[in-house]
Amino acid sequence: MTSQAGTSVSAAPHAASPTIGDPATVGPAGLPLQSAAMAGSSGDGFAVTSDGLTKRFRGGQVAVDHIALAVPHGAVYGFLGPNGSGKTTTIRMLLGLVRPTAGTSTLLGGRIPEDSQRVLPRVGALVEGPAFHPYLSGRDNLRRLDAADRTADPATCTERISGALDRVGLGAAAGKRFRNYSLGMRQRLGIAAALLQPRQLLILDEPTNGLDPQGTREVRSLVTDLAASGVTVLLSTHLLSEVEQICTHVGVMHVGKLVAQSRLTDLRSQTAQRIRVQTVRPELAVASLTRLGLDDVVAAGARASADHGVAGGVEVTALLGGAKPEAVIAALVHDEVPVLAFGPVPVNLEDVFVTLTGEGFGVSG
Amino acid sequence: MSAAEALSQVPSDASAVARQELPPVRSRRLSTRFLRSEVKLIYGRRRNIAGMAVLAVVPIIIAFAVRYSGSGRGGGGGGGGGEGGFIGQATNNGLFVGLVALTVELPLFLPLAVAVVAGDAVAGEANVGTLRYLLARPVQRTRLLAVKYLGVLIATVTAVLLVAVVGVGFGLALFGAGPVTLLSGTQVSTAVGLFRLLLVCGYLVICLAAFGAVGLFVSTLTEQPIGATIAVVGLALLSQILDSVTQLSAIHPYLPTHYWLSFGDLLRDPISTDQIVPGIVSAVVYGAIFLAAAWARFGSKDITS
Repeated sequence: MTSQAGTSVSAAPHAASPTIGDPATVGPAGLPLQSAAMAGSSGDGFAVTSDGLTKRFRGGQVAVDHIALAVPHGAVYGFLGPNGSGKTTTIRMLLGLVRPTAGTSTLLGGRIPEDSQRVLPRVGALVEGPAFHPYLSGRDNLRRLDAADRTADPATCTERISGALDRVGLGAAAGKRFRNYSLGMRQRLGIAAALLQPRQLLILDEPTNGLDPQGTREVRSLVTDLAASGVTVLLSTHLLSEVEQICTHVGVMHVGKLVAQSRLTDLRSQTAQRIRVQTVRPELAVASLTRLGLDDVVAAGARASADHGVAGGVEVTALLGGAKPEAVIAALVHDEVPVLAFGPVPVNLEDVFVTLTGEGFGVSG
Repeated sequence: MSAAEALSQVPSDASAVARQELPPVRSRRLSTRFLRSEVKLIYGRRRNIAGMAVLAVVPIIIAFAVRYSGSGRGGGGGGGGGEGGFIGQATNNGLFVGLVALTVELPLFLPLAVAVVAGDAVAGEANVGTLRYLLARPVQRTRLLAVKYLGVLIATVTAVLLVAVVGVGFGLALFGAGPVTLLSGTQVSTAVGLFRLLLVCGYLVICLAAFGAVGLFVSTLTEQPIGATIAVVGLALLSQILDSVTQLSAIHPYLPTHYWLSFGDLLRDPISTDQIVPGIVSAVVYGAIFLAAAWARFGSKDITS
């Protein structure tokens, strides 16, 4: 099962695999990476790459283990994983805040940390929640960040700050001290800070944390708008629904490893397909499916019948594996199983995640 | 299908357009914008304003106490050195209130003022989490330290001048101006006296600036600004205690606070440089060592706050 997912798994710590995003190695494979305008320096075609990126903290704990990120330009990349899986440490390394123990990374074609002064002005970031001076107003906090940015034009400062505040719906509260902001307002101010300048890449760590449903919707539509205008977004989250709603790509972190990375549609299709049979004689169905050689045959109980609209019976599910659905139906009929309903089990991302990590959404040790 | 292949098929028109729209990143060579923001941050804090008020109140108390207690009246025969001599002088000349205030505040209040700002410099930003956002802006770490240290310097100059100016102001108001009797007994004009006072302020700024460098270094070690401040103030007090133990005279010249009170030599005629020059050398060496240490520490530090 994991080997299936492994077609796009790139967490293997082998330096021998070609550097992702390096045209010299990827190009000859005959792949039209991106438009010709993007050919050029290393890392082109991808807004974010990393190769063998590893962080071992002083205690010996490996927070990030040889991950090879590849975030294409224009993507909304969902960086998915439970709390403690290494997402934030990865983001800190990408921004040059934490020095990797091994491996390299690039942002917008520039190496980190060597080129960070050149590329980071084009990157807006929200890292591990918003952080501002509590006794300054929202506006003054943004002014301070802007003052620290050597690439920011002081002449347009006021208007850029107002624009960013309006964009996140914080215009009315701009004069309030940050300490009096609610969690949602703080989060919005953090996003406003990321939008102070025109950006090519946004790295947003849990941007909807603490927002109410309305705020969550607003932030998601903001991210979608930004992506539509060509900004690449790396969005770290532990919410599957967030990835399903706004991401084009997904990378799944689990205990420091990137266990899967692909386009969202591809990831869905990689999950082992299950079929379900609804019947009043589950024992017959189980016997029939097992005889047919299907794996993981489970009689689920009455729960599912309500889900799928046909009353009565018990749902039996099994891994389709190499079998053809029509052959399964034929076998069921042949074995005189009273079938009420038959169909594929719809794939949801949570199943995919559980398949990849072998567990649900707890906290990674 | 490799990850790169799987991921590379993204409609790229939009991003290509965005790339063309953005002008190349241009950064200004030299700008005081960040420094001005830093100064505003320091003076915008109620805590720092309150601290400055305390610094300013001391000379006022001294001036009124001397004026209305009647003690020390008619003094001036002295030149006996130390505070007693100064306080006696205050009744003759208002300038001495400034000197007395500096002397009184030098062991604790002035170092405390510097330590609060220096201790907060990096640890304060780390504590509220703004450090990661500044560095991701990006602000080069060396530049951040430079701006932070300049902020400490500005706060140091402010603190010393505040005490001196308030002292001189109230002193002149209560006692008036007049010829100044230096510690060596020579009388000089008020203008020369003021100049000597300015020299004293300059010397103290140099001493305290070195102390501020120690504070900046400690501030890079922790995420607790108060802890950094307490540690540095503790260091100043310990140094003064060791300096008072005669049995330890061998290490006295190496203590960071050893030459601080030597500023009295600037009030002699001619100025005695026996202690002043080693005092300045000591400050420069301390400053250089701890700034270098702060740079080495902060330059390679993992920012996990």
